[in-house]
Amino acid sequence: MAGHISPKSTYYAIFGALMVLTAVTVAVAFVNLGSFNFPVAIGIAVTKATLVILFFMHAKYSSTLTKMFVGTAFFFLFILLTLSLTDYLSRGFKTYEGGAGGAGYGVRSESSMQSRPATAGEGH
Amino acid sequence: MSDAIAAHAGSHGAHAAHHSDLQHHFDSLEQQHEAATLGMWLFLITEVLFFGGLFLAYTLYRIWYPVAWAEASRELDIVLGAFNTAVLIGSSLTMAFAVRAAQTGKQRATVVWILLTMALGLVFLIVKYFEYKEKFEHHHVPGPNFAFEGPQAGPAQIYFSLYFLMTGLHATHMIIGFVIMAVIAWMAHKKRFTPEWYTPVEISGLYWHFVDIVWIFLFPLLYLVDRAGHFA
Repeated sequence: MAGHISPKSTYYAIFGALMVLTAVTVAVAFVNLGSFNFPVAIGIAVTKATLVILFFMHAKYSSTLTKMFVGTAFFFLFILLTLSLTDYLSRGFKTYEGGAGGAGYGVRSESSMQSRPATAGEGH
Repeated sequence: MSDAIAAHAGSHGAHAAHHSDLQHHFDSLEQQHEAATLGMWLFLITEVLFFGGLFLAYTLYRIWYPVAWAEASRELDIVLGAFNTAVLIGSSLTMAFAVRAAQTGKQRATVVWILLTMALGLVFLIVKYFEYKEKFEHHHVPGPNFAFEGPQAGPAQIYFSLYFLMTGLHATHMIIGFVIMAVIAWMAHKKRFTPEWYTPVEISGLYWHFVDIVWIFLFPLLYLVDRAGHFA
């Protein structure tokens, strides 16, 4: 019943790619890309994780049902992160005329504004 | 008992000769293997969300306190972090080879590859121990003795709380993985696996690789926040 048996060369190739990507992510971290450092680092990490899942974890050779389960994990993670962030990141949006204040944390009450951390470089 | 098995085999006709590792509620070893793999992935989905909550907390606080994140992250030793990343990727390679050896019926090689995987896991944990020790010496452990120079001390404490929570939960998984690997190595040593049935090696490998993936994300998130000095 031995499923798909990958040749050793495949594993060495994936290992090599993972090591190169690790070196790249360290090197690029020392280059000031402004706000792009974070997405680049995450992009490299996602690429590395994908290689591990597809080849080391044999997802590429798994049944469609197993592949769906793998996708489900990241679908739910996506929901967890993005739906939560749509709330938190939109709290600084400009309010309508007559609302409390302009850009910044205008919609919050005075007491919650004081407990709110002062985000660097962001006035209100 | 043997009558019952015989009757059961008879009722299934084609399965007169049961593999000793085939449990009676499965039609075939393929089906049994598929169910085990699926079950492991289901568990890993819950693990993704387990770590996911911490990743969400990390993301929010990083958005709120970018300067503290930049400063506190620079306190971590990037050389040790990168070294440990390489060690874990190496352990994933040896784990993949362990599964391959089990698939091809090489019991001795399976044992050796798993022992190598455990050794690399141990190297990771030892390095982590020295990193933690350094944090205690520098008062970077959240709590009454926490100390951090400059106006970012408060949020830096949040960073280090998340640092210890995320790496601590990861290290706990490593220790559990180490114990699982010890059991698998023992089973392989006892020649429990065949090319027809090596499911425990395969699904333990899934767990090990998952723990590796968590670190693949933890390394850039914790060690590489602002090495370029954008917020310096």
